[in-house]
Amino acid sequence: MTSVLYDVQGPRAKRRNVLYTAVFLIALAAVAWWVYKSFDDKGQLAWALWKPFFSGTEAYTTYIWPGLQKTLEAAALAMVVALPLGAVLGIARLSDHLWVRVPATIVIEFFRAIPVLVLMIFGLALFAQYTDVSSDDRPFYAVVTGLVLYNASVLAEIVRAGILALPKGQSEAALAIGLRKGQMMRLILLPQSVTTMLPAIVSQLVVIVKDTALGGAVLTFPELMTSANTMAGYYGNMIASLTVVAVIFVVINFSLTSFASWLEGRLRRGKKSTGAVLTVEDTVGVAGHAGTGTAA
Amino acid sequence: MFDFLDKYDVLGAFWTTVQLTLLSAAGSLVWGTLLAAMRVGPVPLMRGFGTAYVNIVRNIPLTVIILFSSLGLNQNLGISLGANDFDTINFRLAVLGLIVYTSAFVCEAIRAGINTVPVGQAEAARAIGLSFPQVLGLVVLPQALRAAVGPLTNALIALTKNTTVAAAIGVAEAAFLMKKMIENEAELLAISAVIAFGFVCLTLPTGLILGWVGKKVAVKR
Amino acid sequence: MKLRKVTAASAAVLALALSATACGGGKKDDNGSGGGKKIAIGIKFDQPGLGQQTPQGYAGFDVDVATYVAKKLGYSANQIEWKQSKSADRETMLQRGDVDFIAATYSITPEREQKVDFAGPYLLAHQDVLLRADDTKIKSPADLNGKKLCSVAGSTSAQNLHDRLAPKADLVTYPTYSACLGGLQSGAIEALTTDDSILAGYAAQAQFKGKFKLGGFKMTNENYGIGVKKGSPLKDKINKALEEMVSDGSWEAAVKKNFGPAGYKNEPAPKIGDIKS
Repeated sequence: MTSVLYDVQGPRAKRRNVLYTAVFLIALAAVAWWVYKSFDDKGQLAWALWKPFFSGTEAYTTYIWPGLQKTLEAAALAMVVALPLGAVLGIARLSDHLWVRVPATIVIEFFRAIPVLVLMIFGLALFAQYTDVSSDDRPFYAVVTGLVLYNASVLAEIVRAGILALPKGQSEAALAIGLRKGQMMRLILLPQSVTTMLPAIVSQLVVIVKDTALGGAVLTFPELMTSANTMAGYYGNMIASLTVVAVIFVVINFSLTSFASWLEGRLRRGKKSTGAVLTVEDTVGVAGHAGTGTAA
Repeated sequence: MFDFLDKYDVLGAFWTTVQLTLLSAAGSLVWGTLLAAMRVGPVPLMRGFGTAYVNIVRNIPLTVIILFSSLGLNQNLGISLGANDFDTINFRLAVLGLIVYTSAFVCEAIRAGINTVPVGQAEAARAIGLSFPQVLGLVVLPQALRAAVGPLTNALIALTKNTTVAAAIGVAEAAFLMKKMIENEAELLAISAVIAFGFVCLTLPTGLILGWVGKKVAVKR
Repeated sequence: MKLRKVTAASAAVLALALSATACGGGKKDDNGSGGGKKIAIGIKFDQPGLGQQTPQGYAGFDVDVATYVAKKLGYSANQIEWKQSKSADRETMLQRGDVDFIAATYSITPEREQKVDFAGPYLLAHQDVLLRADDTKIKSPADLNGKKLCSVAGSTSAQNLHDRLAPKADLVTYPTYSACLGGLQSGAIEALTTDDSILAGYAAQAQFKGKFKLGGFKMTNENYGIGVKKGSPLKDKINKALEEMVSDGSWEAAVKKNFGPAGYKNEPAPKIGDIKS
């Protein structure tokens, strides 16, 4: 598609492109140099501030690794719980019965409309007042609850889009050979749409990983962002700590995104006569805030 | 149960949320479109920049980006965006941070929209001698934007909810007020309910109205 | 065939994720149930000099006081479970019984006394400002009006400043004090305000040595107490332990160890129940 938008470049266009490239490069370099210079002037690039990350492992073993572990634990658990819940909600929203479809729709739309942060705070109050979950685990449970409620409704939309993306012939054929609706869903539609939805589900995981950072800010959930703050207190290097944490998030999420697009390419090539593969872009469109996520 | 509300300016806080949302939405639409143009354009360096930008920015938690815009841009680079007092500075920095973050998603939505425009459109445009900016600006983008209303709506709804993160640098919006109320009042559930209700009021109509607009403007093919 | 492989791969990923969480859960149980009786104490994790998580464990004046008190209550150092108690969470943590007591720069105030009980005080601190070492413009609290100040969201220092000390100051609030320090260093912020005991801890950090100074304004009296649940029998025992800590010289030693490097001129040990307003 990209190359369709412009002609094969002749000598003049090539010269113009070289000029654009040069101007853009100079602009980028100027900004980069200015940022470097300003940070250097303010002493933010002093070796003492960055040393904890490059020599010795104590910064990692004391702060970063325990925090990262919490982040990954919460994200993984949230995904594992949200996935079946989302599938049930998504299928319920496709139901022929009004009394199943309407409540499912309300639940999905409600939890998609509220910031995850609010859901997490609500979860914390809920566990504190009505359960005897120990105080150590409470922030963890609250974070996971918030993530599950929000992401289950997003995943529900992914599942719904995945099932709707299958060719109509599939369900028609299933009904024609005399399968009941439950059988059709279980034996024909779900198995086919699961492979379709996988890339979208993996990229939703990115949103979950990022959203765990919200729990740290408000609920004292000791995840990566909280460790960064504690670490900055000890080393006195807020900017450096934030940078390192940002890099870690990019590495984790970029590998997840790359995995998603690898999966997508694989499924596109491998697919025979089933429906389309839900891409990251498709789900942003069809399934709500999938790619965009809530805060952080 | 809701007596405590008299003491707080709930409407004012949500007005700040709305302002943050609208300003960031306008900004990220412009910057996101530019990024999308770079990503489909003929200059390899710009393509690379666009790709790198999107891949880096959308993988960082927004909290980190917002904190950076205050701690990095304001404290160390001395950018205050023409304001003198912290309330205004941090409001503007929050808008900047939200633009930086949201435009990555806007860019992807528009790129997906561009992919829905039939190849023949661009080919015909080139055949009559239009240059790349003309092909993009006069033929492809107008159709792509109409197709992208759906994804852009979702980005807007996410942005509305994302403004809560601005509380991290002390912008007095809805989540900031919520934290303050929770510290001072006992009715935790009532506070959550009020804030949740406010967000439902903001996001649900947005989704419904723009969903209708999206259907209305969709290019029938 | 390919499809099946992919499905299998994703199943493996899912299984990994599951077992990862299962491991995490298991570890937590070991910590909680093993080792007999434990005491849970709330401290700050990110305040050098008072309560800070370091690669060598937890360190600071609050930590030393809490350790001494716990010892007198019959718990050795390795029976203590340290918990992070942020300023805004402290009353709730005590009311819910998440912690047995809290020693986390916890000022005794009438409002808080309605919700929790306090033992002590064990330290008298004052709200103060941290300035750049070369700052000559800010000489009194009145000079803070119109200046750019930084504090932490939800702290009493921020509220005091706003309400009466310098209503016209331009105040920004961040989640942690660490976030203020970079701006103070670069000049985007002119002063950081909170208790002098906390400020001294930051000024003494290796990275900031010689760059900052305390204003010495003594704008308020902050009586640090040890918070316990309302009506808890621990209050009297802790008071007794604190008295012993002062009389056997451990208090002085802890002050020297934690505040000495910062050059912080602390007030003498306060008498139990003597709350300076």
